[in-house]
Amino acid sequence: MTGSSPILEMTNISKTFPGVKALKDVSLTVYPGEIHALMGENGAGKSTLMKILSGAYHADAGGEIRIDGKPIVISAPLAAIHHGISTIYQELSLAPNLTVAENMLLGREYHNGPVIDRRSMARACRSVLDRLGVSFKPTTRLSELSMAERQLVEIARALIANSRILVMDEPTTSLSSRETDALFALIRQLRAEGLAIIYISHRMAEVYELADRVSVLRDGTYAGTLQRDEISAERLVRMMVGRDLSSFYKKEHNAKGSRGPVIFSIRNMRDKQRVHNCSFDLHHGEVLGIAGLVGAGRTELARLIYGADSRLGGEIVLDGRRLSIETPQDAIDAGVVYLTEDRKHLGLFLDLTVRENVNLSVLGRDAFPGGVLNLRAARARAVAAIRSLAIRVTGDIVPVGSLSGGNQQKVLLSRLLETKPRILILDEPTRGVDIGAKSEIYRLIDDLARNGVGVIVISSELPEIVGICDRVLVMREGRIAGEVGGVGHPPISQENIVAIATGVREAAA
Amino acid sequence: MTTPNETGASFQESGGVSSDTGEGRQRRLAWRSTLQAIGMLPVLIILGAVFELMSGRFLSFQNLSIVAQQASINIVLAAGMTFVILTGGIDLSVGSILAAAAMVAIIASKIPDWGLLGIPAALLTGLVLGVINGALIAFARLPPFIVTLGSLTAVRGFARLLGGDTTQFNPQLPFAFIGNGNLFGIPWLVIIALVVVLVSWFVLRRTVLGVHIYAVGGNPDAARLTGIKVWAVLLFVYSVSGLASGLGGVMSAARLYAANGLQLGQSYELDAIAAVILGGTSFVGGIGSIWGTLIGALIIAILSNGLILVGVSDIWQFIIKGFVIIGAVALDRYRLKGSART
Repeated sequence: MTGSSPILEMTNISKTFPGVKALKDVSLTVYPGEIHALMGENGAGKSTLMKILSGAYHADAGGEIRIDGKPIVISAPLAAIHHGISTIYQELSLAPNLTVAENMLLGREYHNGPVIDRRSMARACRSVLDRLGVSFKPTTRLSELSMAERQLVEIARALIANSRILVMDEPTTSLSSRETDALFALIRQLRAEGLAIIYISHRMAEVYELADRVSVLRDGTYAGTLQRDEISAERLVRMMVGRDLSSFYKKEHNAKGSRGPVIFSIRNMRDKQRVHNCSFDLHHGEVLGIAGLVGAGRTELARLIYGADSRLGGEIVLDGRRLSIETPQDAIDAGVVYLTEDRKHLGLFLDLTVRENVNLSVLGRDAFPGGVLNLRAARARAVAAIRSLAIRVTGDIVPVGSLSGGNQQKVLLSRLLETKPRILILDEPTRGVDIGAKSEIYRLIDDLARNGVGVIVISSELPEIVGICDRVLVMREGRIAGEVGGVGHPPISQENIVAIATGVREAAA
Repeated sequence: MTTPNETGASFQESGGVSSDTGEGRQRRLAWRSTLQAIGMLPVLIILGAVFELMSGRFLSFQNLSIVAQQASINIVLAAGMTFVILTGGIDLSVGSILAAAAMVAIIASKIPDWGLLGIPAALLTGLVLGVINGALIAFARLPPFIVTLGSLTAVRGFARLLGGDTTQFNPQLPFAFIGNGNLFGIPWLVIIALVVVLVSWFVLRRTVLGVHIYAVGGNPDAARLTGIKVWAVLLFVYSVSGLASGLGGVMSAARLYAANGLQLGQSYELDAIAAVILGGTSFVGGIGSIWGTLIGALIIAILSNGLILVGVSDIWQFIIKGFVIIGAVALDRYRLKGSART
């Protein structure tokens, strides 16, 4: 972007869905050879904007997209690829049963007449793969590759199509820290080759590390662009949220900063490969954070405690009593509940109603003899949950799949709360949740802690974890690598957490 | 995005929150989900009207009674199948289990003075075979299609073995009234079928187990994390299907005074599956209702009966039935476009 002319200009892009204006006059300018981060809360319009760029959606009339200064019309995904725009989605769009070469040239196979020309395909693919410096061959079957390697195949597919604009949507979600580093090196190499990379991410740390410029969307509008030397967490959050952090996060349950007795202890929790000898204590009325890079073993640790996966060893002590938790049901009975990070696939029953989803864990407790449902109790619980968590829904017999992300999360939370838990393990409690619901969830966590529930929050969002937790454990490669905020530990700050998470600083656990 | 699914699953007596969310809207939603539960009822009515117009005899009490009797065994099998398909599974072995149970029923009915033992013996046969299916699926984690395809074949052989591969008769069948008698003018077969539907409705809609069945079908991974014993649910639904097949065996034996291990119940599984699918139950599980299944089974019975009344040849009956099944489900999908899953 050294004074060169922009490769991509999107001006005054609007998009109206029935009843919703998803984008309002958004503009975005990207230069060749830059990594342009695109940030914003869920629902801010990032995905919509990128879907317009990739041809999946059509923008409303009035906007304009120019490539190299020339206005273009992107009528379909193929047209986007033709104009040199490739998008790598969160859910990879590859066929695992085909080879690398077949995937890279899917739909554009080389052929002589009707006969596929595998040799030319392999040759073309090999030259691209060499350029990426990967270890697998064009003939490797995709199912043999790791998630990270599959992502490289996606990138290779974009390169073989001669793409000059690469859109990456949260590419590190399923990568380990080492794989993330390798991916970043590759992205920088592509930048040096003159590609423009639009990088969508929620993670401040990634944006700091990678981006040349950051554009922020808020509620479907353009909130501004920061140059590299202007990027700071505070400014970005203010742009995304539209207000200051202090009013956003709640930490009033422990105003005096004192700490109660230990109520919940984990000792030497371990499994076969992802979690190694993790031990920690949770104090009465405390919100304990668990931070770490993706793949550090945080979710795995939580699932071990909850009895969702089989453990190799480890002790769980609640109120001085040793618990034997072998299944999720054991955990729920003991008062230990877990909020999954993947509410659509592992948490909610999208076809069932709000009422059923709220009640699922307590149906047996409420039921009449013979397992006959207590409809009155179920309805009362659902109605009360809708009131107390301010779930925005037209009634309690609406399928939960028709709710927005934030309201779905509240439904799932209320299912856990119905069991009257002692210990609440929340894995990414605000993922895919809009800003309003976010602050309500923070308030709820604060209230629970004040009422003596032990809360453990796993989060990849550093401002969140710093904003709501009293103490934060930092995991790295399956171990608890350090702690911030506790007595005798460094104070809670994003910098201290990142330093431990990345191994820059080793702190005593 | 307020399009409700054909949920049905909701234990809905009336509405939920009303005061602060708009009573009218709530009622509209409830009305729409009722419409979806009814689903294929219009098809049923139209078919009935068409056959009445063409034959002039369809709507007579006598003929309707015959239709209901003909539908009764399939209704019982399809009720069991509904449990299975709601969990996302399939049971291909119901026809074979029915044959084995009917053989057991006839053979046991010949025991002097204890002929009524034929009924519990047949039910037990069905239940045990269903438990075996369920155990293989729940504990050995084998795919339902494979397990029940295997038992379709194996149990058929078992049924032939039971009677030494001959047809078993009992002209003095002590429970023949089930197949041929009436209660207040209503055939026992029909009463049994309706009782099975009502019990199924109660279990699916009014018990904890019922909600767990929908939950397992809708999202097995989440069900496990929620603390639901997925294995117990699977074992239960295949046992129910086996038990329903056993009951079907009793009904069939009582009607014919006889059973034949080779022919009885051939391809009954297909009619049962067709009834469930016609009734709007999702093939991947989690969505559907027993009332839909009842309507589906009645559509199949009306088609067979009506086509005979109208004088359509046997060959064409098959062809027309096949197209009606596909057409009706296509219509349903089209109607529910946007919210429906296959």
